[in-house]
Amino acid sequence: MSEFIIKNGHVFDPVQGIKGDKKDIAIKDGKIVDKVGSSAKVIDAKGKTVMAGALDIHSHVAGPKVNAGRWYRPEDKHFDSHKVPGITRIEGGKSIPTVFKTGYTYARMGFGFVMEAAMPPMYARHVHEEIHDTPIIDEAALPVFGNNWFILEYLKNQEIENAAAYIAWILKQTKGYGIKCVNPGGTEAWAWGLNCLTIHDPVPYFDITPAEIVTGLMKANEYLGLPHSFHVHQNDLGNPGNYTVTMDTLKLAEGIKPRNNFGREQVLHSTHLQFHSYGGDSFANICSKAKEVMDVFNKNKNLTMDTGNVTMDETTTMTADGPFEHHLHALNHLKWFNVDVELETGAGVVPYIYSPNVTVNCIQWAIGLELALYAKDPMRCFITTDHPNAGPFTRYPRVYSWLMSKKIRDAYLNSFKHADKVIDATTLAELDREITLYELAQMTRAGPAKALGLGTDYGGLKPGMTADVAIYNIDPDNFPTSGPEIEKAFANVAWFFKNGTICVENGKVVDMGHKETFWVDVKMPENKQVMHDVREKFLKYYSLNEANYPVPESYAPHQHIIAIDGVQG
Amino acid sequence: MNTVTLTVKKQPELYLELEKVNPDEFAGKTAAEIEKLPVYMGKETDTIGDFFTVAGNAGATAAETKIVINGDCTKMKYIGAKMTDGEVVVNSSCDMYTGSWMKGGKLTVNGDVHSFCGLALKGGEFTVNGNAGNYLGAAYRGDWRGMSGGVLRVKGNAGSDVASFMTGGTLIVEGDVDIHLGTHMEGGTIILKGNANRRVGGQLVKGTIYVFGTINVMMPGYKPVGDVELEVDGTKATFTDYIGDLGERHPKSKGNIVYGHLYMKK
Ligand SMILES: [Zn+2]
Ligand SMILES: [Zn+2]
Repeated sequence: MSEFIIKNGHVFDPVQGIKGDKKDIAIKDGKIVDKVGSSAKVIDAKGKTVMAGALDIHSHVAGPKVNAGRWYRPEDKHFDSHKVPGITRIEGGKSIPTVFKTGYTYARMGFGFVMEAAMPPMYARHVHEEIHDTPIIDEAALPVFGNNWFILEYLKNQEIENAAAYIAWILKQTKGYGIKCVNPGGTEAWAWGLNCLTIHDPVPYFDITPAEIVTGLMKANEYLGLPHSFHVHQNDLGNPGNYTVTMDTLKLAEGIKPRNNFGREQVLHSTHLQFHSYGGDSFANICSKAKEVMDVFNKNKNLTMDTGNVTMDETTTMTADGPFEHHLHALNHLKWFNVDVELETGAGVVPYIYSPNVTVNCIQWAIGLELALYAKDPMRCFITTDHPNAGPFTRYPRVYSWLMSKKIRDAYLNSFKHADKVIDATTLAELDREITLYELAQMTRAGPAKALGLGTDYGGLKPGMTADVAIYNIDPDNFPTSGPEIEKAFANVAWFFKNGTICVENGKVVDMGHKETFWVDVKMPENKQVMHDVREKFLKYYSLNEANYPVPESYAPHQHIIAIDGVQG
Repeated sequence: MNTVTLTVKKQPELYLELEKVNPDEFAGKTAAEIEKLPVYMGKETDTIGDFFTVAGNAGATAAETKIVINGDCTKMKYIGAKMTDGEVVVNSSCDMYTGSWMKGGKLTVNGDVHSFCGLALKGGEFTVNGNAGNYLGAAYRGDWRGMSGGVLRVKGNAGSDVASFMTGGTLIVEGDVDIHLGTHMEGGTIILKGNANRRVGGQLVKGTIYVFGTINVMMPGYKPVGDVELEVDGTKATFTDYIGDLGERHPKSKGNIVYGHLYMKK
């Protein structure tokens, strides 16, 4: 393999505490090394910013609901489908891009890893087919458990050990990475035409509450010692006044101790917090409670979060939160896709337009930024758009420009049709903080890598780590001042190394790299009770045979298996 | 106004996509420059000059540019699509997407047009002197934003799914239409001089449809509320006013429920 030395760049690496110093980064055989031989290819990064490859902790890029969005929105592709000269294939779609566009675009922005944040276990094969077809970037997927019948029953009976054994079994069957939970209990309640809007609303038939589901899954996560913490999309998403439910959920993490061998220090990851930080009691008086929510978050060291920044685009919302999607459809009358995934979960898909003329949308936009600006520890707060829910991931550079420049975000805030109302309902205008390049590296590299249990290999530039390196055309001594300049620089890396191979040069994809699918293989002795339950449920309730359930090797030919021993606890 | 004349000199093997044939793309260009503009056939890119002889230079702006196309255009798509100003006259029938996403100017087809023409029309005047296919003046596949402005007139018949998701503008069909006229309408005006097949105005929330001929089977969601004297596209007559589609949600304005209207000539 080839050797490289990246010379004279301004390096930002939270893993080593490097804050923009000029430092050479050497790469050999796919790893960062101390030094390389004299024949190493020299990359001149003078006047540029050097960071590790970025990691997206929460995005929806593969699987049945993403695909549902693609097939029921041909219009999303119509004006946005083109061939770029070179080795890439046609790139199509705006809010639900093709797998090719997904891989290329993330790589052009300097991302090396993306977490598909919701995999229905029954459709894991489809998720992995799409992941495999997505070029360059490494990916993993989180199976959803928060409305799964096995889990609801085990947790109702306080059988943490059985819940954990079932989770380990599912991770192996689906080649999954960790525990995702969407609207705990609420999606199952939706099958009865109901929902769970507080953490104490019992799930019909199962008679268990969201609080019990969340606590149980956190305990199971630590019982198994998984690399990532329990990853939750809380109840009552998107509704005015939901911040109290959010704070109640966050508080459930108090007193639960992280137990793992990956350097992870938190037990709960709260996703797209923007959708969960609303005050008021109707859309007429909705307001930001970002400060209140972040006060709870900042104090509780057991938590990580991502923002879910609204980007003010036309997009396609998609979530396993079935009742929420019905609610959204009733609001905007646009087309609605709804599905029940047998015993496991459900999902909905609805197009949505975030408009600068709609006050509620502008308040949502402001809340997403407030959350990041209120975060005291950037190692626990990560930037996402919950792609494509709050906006497409292709807008990350724009989100950075709002976070890094008060001038740029204030100008945008004041351009809204009802700017005065937005300013009254939020605290964004009072915030002077500007995220620095070092903090950005924490929020997009070192932080998410650590939260995913990948911190020893990814998210930093320390010798021994995987050589995912992004070099941006940004001179920290002469930081761009306009929004479009910042966006252009973050959207088109000067170079992007994936595993030590140059995959993007001058914003152009030049190599497809060697993408890998990460999954977690928990070694457990067979649990006779759980295997009996699985067999029985497959016979009685599933529409497919148990033998057709596992994801075969051929669906994920390039695996990065994290094997752990799940019985030490 | 400067006139550019395109004359077909070679028929394409596959269908030809003429996204560049409109006054906006031609503006400021000489005949020689126009010849070099790309056209797409399957996965190949050719030039306008490969299929047409080009005579005359364009005006400085779209508004000052008129394009006349002669020869058989039945295998040509996207003529006049997305034009914002100026004029295009096609002395032939043409294929799909003619005049789609048009924002202004004048487009005349002296022949028939195929399906998906005048999609999401926003402005300007689009006249078809022959017949039109399906999805005339409708929304693009999957989209909920159909024709929102301008005037689209077809002298002959049109196919099915005409004016789906219409929100504004005026669409006139002087002949007959097939099923699904004005589905999901939320505004705008449809004038049908001939007869319609089934399901006129299904899921219509707002907007107006005038029918001079007959409707094969009326939607059950329409209710007659009286007769009115109206002048429609130059013709004075008595119409029966139906409100609907009663099966659909309807917005309120100043305390009153807003219905769509379907006027049937008596
Ligand atoms: Zn979610
Ligand atoms: Zn999500």
